[in-house]
Amino acid sequence: MDLKELYSDIILEYSQDKTYRKPLMRPTVRNRGVNPSCGDNIELELQIEDHRIKEVAILGKGCAISEASAGVMAELIQGKTVEEARTLSDLFVSMIQKKVTEEQQLKSLEAGIAFQNISNMPARVKCAVLSWHTLEEALNQEA
Amino acid sequence: MSRVVNPYRKDFPLFQAEDQKELALAYLDNAATTQKPYVTLLAEQLYYESKNANPHRGAYDLSVEATMLLEETRDMVKHFFTVPKEGEIIFTKGATESLNLLAYSYGLTHLKQGDEILLPISEHHSNLVPWQMVAKQTGCKLVYLNLNEEANISLEEVKGKLSNKTKLVTLAQVSNVTGSIYPVAEIIRLAHEKGAIVIVDGTQAVPHLQVDITELNPDFYVCSGHKLYGPMGVGILYGKMDLLNQMSPFLYGGDMIEYVEDFSATYAPVPQKFEAGTQNMGSIAGLRGALTYLEEKNRNQLFQYEEELSNYLLEQLKKVPHVQLVGNKTGNNRIGVVPFLVEDVHPHDVVTILNQDRIAIRAGHHCAQPLHRHLDVLATCRVSLSFYNTKEEIDRLCESLKGVRRWFGYGSERTI
Ligand SMILES: Cc1ncc(COP(=O)(O)O)c(C=O)c1O
Ligand SMILES: [Zn+2]
Repeated sequence: MDLKELYSDIILEYSQDKTYRKPLMRPTVRNRGVNPSCGDNIELELQIEDHRIKEVAILGKGCAISEASAGVMAELIQGKTVEEARTLSDLFVSMIQKKVTEEQQLKSLEAGIAFQNISNMPARVKCAVLSWHTLEEALNQEA
Repeated sequence: MSRVVNPYRKDFPLFQAEDQKELALAYLDNAATTQKPYVTLLAEQLYYESKNANPHRGAYDLSVEATMLLEETRDMVKHFFTVPKEGEIIFTKGATESLNLLAYSYGLTHLKQGDEILLPISEHHSNLVPWQMVAKQTGCKLVYLNLNEEANISLEEVKGKLSNKTKLVTLAQVSNVTGSIYPVAEIIRLAHEKGAIVIVDGTQAVPHLQVDITELNPDFYVCSGHKLYGPMGVGILYGKMDLLNQMSPFLYGGDMIEYVEDFSATYAPVPQKFEAGTQNMGSIAGLRGALTYLEEKNRNQLFQYEEELSNYLLEQLKKVPHVQLVGNKTGNNRIGVVPFLVEDVHPHDVVTILNQDRIAIRAGHHCAQPLHRHLDVLATCRVSLSFYNTKEEIDRLCESLKGVRRWFGYGSERTI
């Protein structure tokens, strides 16, 4: 994987997007995810009502890959039910691990497909999955 | 491509192979671990090939030879660090284990509620988290020394925080994040005046400074072999005999006992009391090789060259637009460990981009999260030098850094 593929337009765009970077007024769950090896630090806030994710905020600071991945995730899970979010999370992680490779099966990840080949750059895998792991933990807290 | 002649690179198999390549790896992460010279590797191999037996456990010649090698290496370490007669060297797995040994076998038994441990905010997690554990278990308190503008510790700061409650002062001789050389000799003197015990973490100091433990007079001193051109898996703990004698063992088992009854045991004398179980003899033999290598060089010449490289690195980094040095921005009181930031780009991304140009540096909090909070940065990039590095590598680093911001759509030139 070369740098052009890693820092693709879509990844750069999401890493600089500010849509989900505002703290929520009434978060019902908060969770922090850190990547101790490189210093990524993500603070996820969710407002969950009736098992549905009403609002998402991604705070904290991370590298371009972790921030882009978090931005993509926020866009995907906003408005989804907790169960749907879990399914997406499992799918994203399976894609990264190359357990699911069929484009058809990955369609629901939308822009998340941009991270499909990150496993070719092992040093950055943790960055790509950080926000998703943080989400899983947050959803478990909620449950 | 042109190669700058560096007389040390040929001593290291990794560089010998790299220097054959079109673009050699610029290894600039020496604070994490150093590369190993042939001498180290051969010493380790030779041990397993011709001297391998369990030391202390056999009456036959081979075991005696292994035991001799262990003890000769201990003597060599003592000589290398000018250890006083009333002190002893204990082999551990590394600096982390040495510090944990002290936390468990000294901290837990000698500290109590109301006592204070004084330590810099910049300490490596291995000299911080064990003391948090001691504080939690004994009720003693951690008191932090803050850094000044030059990312160093002023004696005023030390005097202001030392008190009759201070029972232990523990600090790095050189910070692994900022490269600052702390005034440990003066701090030891001040601490001793108050009756406190001092632990010095020399992990980043021993590869780049001459360390004379007799003169420095710490109560304990620790370091890791793998950052001193030795193998991974061996570390050193120096302690004053009277303190080591008072302390209880850290690990219990074979090799550290005298008599074992059904329900009790008496322990072997220091140093065996602290060396339970079979030691990592291959690594100990390798460490001996590393020390031999260093003793055969003119170390002052190595240090001088490292200082020259370090000054060159600082000078050149300052010329790269949008690069900000963190901590001490001068060459004073520091070694060639240099943290910096590239504006608008996270350190992890900087490292990935440099990696593409075959330049290896580190990004993150370098096992010092409290310091990064104190400096108000989440993470930094860090270059750390050794005598096998070259100015050419530093030039390559700076060239590569100039291109980093372009990947994110920012200009790489100065904006003013
Ligand atoms: C100052 C300092 N102390 C302690 C350590 C821990 O060394 P090790 O991981 O070899 O035990 C390090 C390693 O980075 C260090 O830089
Ligand atoms: Zn990252």
